Amino acid sequence: MKSVEIKKDIYWVGAIDWDVRDFHGYSTYKGTTYNAYLILDDKITLIDTVKKEFKSELIHRIREIIPLEKIDYIVVNHVEMDHSGSLPEIIELVKPEKIFCSDMGKKALLAHFHREDWPYQVVKSNDTISLGKRSIKFIETRMLHWPDSMFSYVPEEALLFSNDAFGEHLASTERFDDELSIGELIRHAAKYYANIILLYSRLVKKQLENLEKLNLKIDMIAPDHGVVWRSHVKEILEAYHNWCNNKTEEKALVVYDTMWHSTEMMAKAICDGIEKEGVNVKVFNLEVNHHSDIMTEVLDARAIVLGSPTLNNGLLPTMAGFLNYMKGLKPGTKIGAAFGSYGWSGEAVKIMTQYMKDMKFNILEPGIRFQYVPTHAQLKECVEFGKRIGKAIKEGI
Amino acid sequence: MKKYKCSICGYVYDPANGDENANISPGTSFEDLPDDWVCPICGATKDQFEVTED
Ligand SMILES: [Fe+2]
Ligand SMILES: [Fe+2]
Ligand SMILES: [Zn+2]
Repeated sequence: MKSVEIKKDIYWVGAIDWDVRDFHGYSTYKGTTYNAYLILDDKITLIDTVKKEFKSELIHRIREIIPLEKIDYIVVNHVEMDHSGSLPEIIELVKPEKIFCSDMGKKALLAHFHREDWPYQVVKSNDTISLGKRSIKFIETRMLHWPDSMFSYVPEEALLFSNDAFGEHLASTERFDDELSIGELIRHAAKYYANIILLYSRLVKKQLENLEKLNLKIDMIAPDHGVVWRSHVKEILEAYHNWCNNKTEEKALVVYDTMWHSTEMMAKAICDGIEKEGVNVKVFNLEVNHHSDIMTEVLDARAIVLGSPTLNNGLLPTMAGFLNYMKGLKPGTKIGAAFGSYGWSGEAVKIMTQYMKDMKFNILEPGIRFQYVPTHAQLKECVEFGKRIGKAIKEGI
Repeated sequence: MKKYKCSICGYVYDPANGDENANISPGTSFEDLPDDWVCPICGATKDQFEVTED
């Protein structure tokens, strides 16, 4: 198995997961990679490991370079199982002199693996260790996206090991950003941000400011998923800057589900109205779209238009599930609007509106609801509603 | 007594419950927590907390 030299004497030794299609509720239809890195220096250092099931891939790749016992240090930037799952076996084989982790990292490692006897060495932000010719400076990135998360920075190489940040779920044998389409990479990175990091945007903003303040030269970012950034470092940093600041486009999403096509008719008429205003609009039927793909679109959308019929005095389960998911991810402020068909009680529009108010969206009131099957005149009202949404989008949030 | 919320991870310190793992007994106000008390979830220090209604 091929390891890849990313800088002189620094290797990618991770694993490629071609098969994973669901990452705790995130659809990974292109698989993913679990990245680990090996630094050859006086102190040979392994940065992170891989998911348990992939430990032999990791071991093979390291063995291609050196015998495992030669490793002196292990750095744990993040304790989540996709990066620490094979730690027990690796530690058994390596018998490392030290395991570097944050304070919260040590707590989390103990709570995962219950091993008091491992040679933990707790590090704080700005602590630096020497490996010989090179050094590692640690930067804690608490809650990005776990309490234990941290970055490891190698100043001599201008290289940042960023754990989950700046990563994307994408399986490929290509290891660098310039070997794949940058548009596709940013799309995948956006999906990662929208589904994993979005709720910590405030901390991302602080951390980006912190990196700026530290004035670190960064010409390579090596995350724990997906490709290594070397030609488009500026682009991925800029993308994170935009996402954490809720930078939106003139774009609306119409997200709906339907029982007997009435809400669907309304969705399409509203879409028509938005389009008439010259605003970009995308329609997502919850029956056929995965919630994690819709979240990617939510990231830079300026308006979210939700449609659900009323079922049992409430929402369709697909809409309730989607709203619960989106609310947890705490998107920035958007324009919100709601619509739906109903039979007799018709609570759905009110419930969706309340959800969006809880998310601090600016609501275009009143939402619209029609009984049973909309008439031609009522569909025209939907088109007008769409136009109002389009105009509001052009005015800004 | 007021509840305080961690601005890092969202944990809420409720004086009615205290913080058992840190030997803080129920009924201890946020102000009376020792200066070196940290968020049990993410390790944030006291100054990262804000008063909360919920
Ligand atoms: Fe993670
Ligand atoms: Fe991860
Ligand atoms: Zn906290």
